[in-house]
Amino acid sequence: MKTELKRKLEIAACKIRMGAVEGVYRAKSGHPGGSLSAAELFAYLYFKELRVDPNHPKEPGRDRFVLSKGHTCPGLYAALALKGYFPETELKKLRQIGAMLQGHPDMKGTPGVDMSTGSLGQGVSAACGMALAGKMDGKDYRVYALLGDGELEEGQVWEASMFAGHHELDNLCLVIDINGLQIDGPTAEVGGPEPVDEKFRAFGFDVQVIDGHSFDEIEKAFEHAKTVKGKPSAILAKTIKGRGVSYMENVAGWHGKAPSDEEYEIAMRELKQTLAGLEAE
Amino acid sequence: MAEMMKKATRESYGMALSQLGEEFPQIVVLDADLAEATKTGIFKKKYPKRFVDCGIAEGNMMGVAAGLATCGKIPFATSFAMFATGRAFEQVRNSICYPHLNVKVVGTHAGISVGEDGATHQCLEDIALMRSLPGMTVISPSDHYETVAAVRAAVEHEGPVYLRLSRLAVESFNNSDDYRFELGRGVTLRDGKDVTIIATGLMVSRALEAVKLLEQKGIDARLVNIHTIKPIDRELILKAAGETGKLITVEEHNVIGGLGDAVAAVLSEELPTPLRKIGVNDQFGHSGPAAALLEQFGLCASNIAEVTEEFLKK
Repeated sequence: MKTELKRKLEIAACKIRMGAVEGVYRAKSGHPGGSLSAAELFAYLYFKELRVDPNHPKEPGRDRFVLSKGHTCPGLYAALALKGYFPETELKKLRQIGAMLQGHPDMKGTPGVDMSTGSLGQGVSAACGMALAGKMDGKDYRVYALLGDGELEEGQVWEASMFAGHHELDNLCLVIDINGLQIDGPTAEVGGPEPVDEKFRAFGFDVQVIDGHSFDEIEKAFEHAKTVKGKPSAILAKTIKGRGVSYMENVAGWHGKAPSDEEYEIAMRELKQTLAGLEAE
Repeated sequence: MAEMMKKATRESYGMALSQLGEEFPQIVVLDADLAEATKTGIFKKKYPKRFVDCGIAEGNMMGVAAGLATCGKIPFATSFAMFATGRAFEQVRNSICYPHLNVKVVGTHAGISVGEDGATHQCLEDIALMRSLPGMTVISPSDHYETVAAVRAAVEHEGPVYLRLSRLAVESFNNSDDYRFELGRGVTLRDGKDVTIIATGLMVSRALEAVKLLEQKGIDARLVNIHTIKPIDRELILKAAGETGKLITVEEHNVIGGLGDAVAAVLSEELPTPLRKIGVNDQFGHSGPAAALLEQFGLCASNIAEVTEEFLKK
């Protein structure tokens, strides 16, 4: 990846992390862990990959994005605000009465949200429907869905995957944020979704395994996915839950918890430092 | 006049869909490996590219329908009522109703008249489940003509709709020439002043027979067909309550949460009126021939007439 683009995306990822932490802190609840692990993926999608226009969020020919792991919407909201779908001040009102941004994505109330999600597994099916509609209408848009690895324990994910493989939805790309942790602990101990690559292959997917924090690898994988014909794509992005905030990294407890005043200060200090470093480059 | 014909509403549904297919190119029909039984196969034959067999995966089917609807399609997601509303309840709730998407959920083989397949397949909760969802329109047509009209109304209505259909063939009694179907408006099939019988779906034809039995005994019963259970025709129900006093509801559904409760809610809020609910009395069904089951559970003309007569004596 070109240095200039990479720096732009790294800055975006850092700002997404800041927006997500800000929102969860103000709301006094929410899901920081998975928002931070997917920050590079959100950044790449919204600032490199998706053909979308914040001024025309419902444009029929646009690419679609479905956040199937809807609880990590603080990260999505931060990306959408940064992209210009709504003012960044909305992030500070996350989860509050009358606010635009709810605890899980609401397509009726938030510009840029293509599907209401929050009940795990359901977003994948909706993404399949969008991809199928594109095929039926001969449109060239692509549909991306972001899932968590814990989410793979939902049977509906595999119903939808079987559907996507069977219908050869090569305009569909599932991105799995594999951070290895879910609410009750390591996914390997709670539900055991591995081996994830073999499972998706068995369901007829083109599968790539990448480092979900490396923009070089993310770019390569997304570019390759677009060349795949006759089958859907799955990009398995290995990540670190809570990435970017030292005390949140790899701690299951930060799946769905808001930082205290002190913890918030530390998180923002760290992220601001990262941002300053990137901007100084 | 309507020529008398006996047809299951699921069959009328399949026919109606295939007829509307040309006028509405946005219609896409989804099924979960039951196209022959649900009669979506008729549409499939005519429009194979707009038919999607989702396999035995009803939850995914509802999500796929939701995704299609976000792209401007009008999906008809079809399965047996048990699976469409029970198994896939949360998908219908969260992926379809919450975003208020233009998906038509169709449950065929509702009620005990599924017959021999028995209790696991005899959905007696679908009306209760679907009417509890915000924004969901619930339609339960009574015969061929009404079903054909209901399918068109579902297409023309923007938003989620649940259409409840039956396996058992039923005689057509609505007039084919001048029948007008209006969402949310009940139909007074017969005027009367002693009592009002309010029925829905398959039970309207039974209620019609019951009214004739009552007539022989000198009881002048009004018959109201409530084809749209949500939004319900409050005006018509209150008018009947005011004019005839006592009311009886008849449905092939659990007495809890269905038509009877919907009517009771209207009455208790505005015009408390004595009401008897005829339905399945909070129990599961069991295997048997449809007609015999209906009789055993009291969902037949003779029982409706009997209950009405006794009710009027009190």
